[in-house]
Amino acid sequence: MTQMTTPPEVVAPPEGERSPVIEMRDISITFGAVRALDRVSLRLFPGEVHALMGENGAGKSTLIKALTGVYTIDAGEVIVEGEPHEFHSPAASQEAGISTVYQEVNLVPNLTVAENMMLGREPRRFGAISVRDMNRRARRTLLHLGVDIDPRSTLDEHPIAIQQLVAIARAVDVEAKVLILDEPTSSLDADEVEKLFTVMRRLRDEGVAIVFVSHFLDQIYEIADRMTILRNGKLVEERMVAQTTQLELVRSMIGRELETLDRLDCEAPKTDAETGVPVLKAIGLGRKNSLEATDLELFEGEVVGIAGLLGSGRTELARLLFGADTADTGELTFRSERRKLRSPRHAIDRKVAFSSEDRKAEGVVGDLTVADNMLLALQASRGWLRPIPQAMRTQLVDDYIAALDIRPADPHALMRNLSGGNQQKVLLARWLITQPEILILDEPTRGIDIGAKAQIQAKVAELAAQGLSVVFISAELEEVLRLSDRLVVMRDRRKIDERVNADVSVRDVLEIIAGEAHPEPQAEPQSEGATHV
Amino acid sequence: MSTATVNPGSASTWDRVRSFTPPPRYYPILATLALFIGLFGLGGMRYEGFSDPQVLLSLLIDNAFLIVLGVGMTFVILTGGIDLSVGSVVALSTMIAAKTLQMGWSPYASITAVLLTGTVLGLLMGLLIHYFDIQPFIATLAGLFLARGLTYLISVESISISDDTFTQLAFKTVYIGEYYIRWTAIIALATVAIAAFVLARTRFGRTVYAIGGSESSAMLMGLRVAFTKVGVYVISGFCAALAGLLFSLYILSGNSLHAIGMELDAIAAVVIGGTLLTGGRGYVVGSLLGVMVLGIIKTLISFDGTLSSYWIRIITGLLLLAFVVVQRFATRRRS
Repeated sequence: MTQMTTPPEVVAPPEGERSPVIEMRDISITFGAVRALDRVSLRLFPGEVHALMGENGAGKSTLIKALTGVYTIDAGEVIVEGEPHEFHSPAASQEAGISTVYQEVNLVPNLTVAENMMLGREPRRFGAISVRDMNRRARRTLLHLGVDIDPRSTLDEHPIAIQQLVAIARAVDVEAKVLILDEPTSSLDADEVEKLFTVMRRLRDEGVAIVFVSHFLDQIYEIADRMTILRNGKLVEERMVAQTTQLELVRSMIGRELETLDRLDCEAPKTDAETGVPVLKAIGLGRKNSLEATDLELFEGEVVGIAGLLGSGRTELARLLFGADTADTGELTFRSERRKLRSPRHAIDRKVAFSSEDRKAEGVVGDLTVADNMLLALQASRGWLRPIPQAMRTQLVDDYIAALDIRPADPHALMRNLSGGNQQKVLLARWLITQPEILILDEPTRGIDIGAKAQIQAKVAELAAQGLSVVFISAELEEVLRLSDRLVVMRDRRKIDERVNADVSVRDVLEIIAGEAHPEPQAEPQSEGATHV
Repeated sequence: MSTATVNPGSASTWDRVRSFTPPPRYYPILATLALFIGLFGLGGMRYEGFSDPQVLLSLLIDNAFLIVLGVGMTFVILTGGIDLSVGSVVALSTMIAAKTLQMGWSPYASITAVLLTGTVLGLLMGLLIHYFDIQPFIATLAGLFLARGLTYLISVESISISDDTFTQLAFKTVYIGEYYIRWTAIIALATVAIAAFVLARTRFGRTVYAIGGSESSAMLMGLRVAFTKVGVYVISGFCAALAGLLFSLYILSGNSLHAIGMELDAIAAVVIGGTLLTGGRGYVVGSLLGVMVLGIIKTLISFDGTLSSYWIRIITGLLLLAFVVVQRFATRRRS
């Protein structure tokens, strides 16, 4: 084990000196009438981390899928080490040395770690798979990446972060020349991200070209050397990360000034909320193994932000408020009516709307149109016997597409063809159409780009100003702080603090979360306990 | 380096045996094995002559066709699919064998015709399921009606088999000491052995499990999903035809009323054998044990003599329910 551990000196490949391992030239892809990619080019050099930047719907995923053989290219060419290639299947792309790790871990949970790494290329002896060789090789590759787990254990015994690393181990086991990481960090905590970055740096130093997609700008600046920026399916520019400020980057990603964000920032928090009867009041609301007894008050026109780490009980609280789970203890009062929620139906009747954090599984109906998806909740609350009149449908849908700037602005587009940010906007519209009094948003901006994020935040602030009460949950503290009038901090499945949001900083919140026991927010042993779900 | 290594000789064999705990993935199959041993012990205590090893061998002989059927079904269920057509294919196979022999075909030509028919039917269903994206339930339900209909088309009357090669093969016994076993049982066990090898030690077999775990992941991993998915139905079709041949050796006739509902027995055996209906987890040896459990319940009831045969159905139903519930708990805890 004489591993080269010399620190990287020059990370940027000098233009013209080295030749790219992959060059995609003028790639165009069309889906039906939508031009997803319009003459986009991408160059990847060996030994670099290359960030692929762009808003949701900019064409990042499409470009990646074009390179990995999932989509067929309409025009343009892919050149691998000087030779043109055409990939018609993921297998063909892998054969050329291109490996991909997707946002959702694309492994099989029921097989062992070693099998997941070796599936399709298991070492064989006399025609039979040699389990011993397979485990040995898997172990070697894992150790090389600094991951110390038993390759014989079943994959689903491990947390998502480890599964992600196993996916990377699978990707590099084939001596990959190019490793594509499509939002690998979206479900990892800080320690796990650091672990991933260590692995990435090691691979980069060995000469692998890494394509990195992430919505976290800080991560891009920490790890990436060069970047390619896309917007609306077109190439904007290719830049060195070190020579680009964050502001410049955001500007070229969204192509307009950050007015929306700035406007929000200067808005002062409302402090006069505590007058009158709360719209929603929870006393001692709790559920076994899920949430300890929690009190919460929500006033008209108020945004209550819930801050906490993954697994702190923030989603559990939201689900109890909506009746998605039934509370064991405590009581809920809507204005003056005390009410036990046994199903979401009861909450919907009290004009509560809930947008789940898992938009893929619990929100989006991919095979229906944008219009149908928007009207789903309204139709459900009207009952199936009273269809929404056609004129009203068109009116509502057009209004909300315009109000939320949903793209494409086509009510008949299929939901699954929309980008994540736009899907989220449709879901927001779905609940707003029902004219709720209380809106619970669980991670409404996760995994969506900064432009759509700002728009959603602006909309939430605007709605609250009009009298809507909002419970806003997000892993991003900046976002919670920016939006909320009052702040509830949660840890270890209970509420640990509540305060009016005036001059509360991210650091303050981190200190509250860290508590006395963990004065350093980055204290290492904390992470494991906090992330289990 | 040297301080960290543990001398492999220091742990005695007994220590290793004592501290051995089977991985959780073997629990379902061990449960089935325990059930089988328990039932066998129960029979041995209550009825004279039950604990004779010949009872076990007879179980294999009487259920040879079901074992082969269970093997094919295991492949399909491991991918998350289902094959409802196998019972009808068994009937069709007995009919083709009986009819062709009656027409004077050589027994080998007849056997080839049967195996080919089953395989082609399986291939057609597999292609339908994969390329037209039709639910396995529906595609194989169509296969069920088609095969049963074809059986009636050949003959509505029962045709007996009197071919010498067939009858000889049917009654030829192999003695192991004072006990005997028939060739049909040996063929069935060989099928299990081959299937176990294919599933555990070939890329095809591992792809079967991967598809059961997550088909989209398997596709993105660059595995041969199409080939494998169609392949399991081909295997199931072939196994159904082979089971049909074994059944016709057992019963020596072709009849369109044979094997009605036998696909459900096969599914029951696979589930009792610990294979998850959602796919991805299970072993072909488990299905063998599942068949044996079903068989021993039948034997127990016939030894008892006072219980009516419908008790077989009731007990099978209860067992199936118990196993599905236990599986549900096992998988829920995992996730």
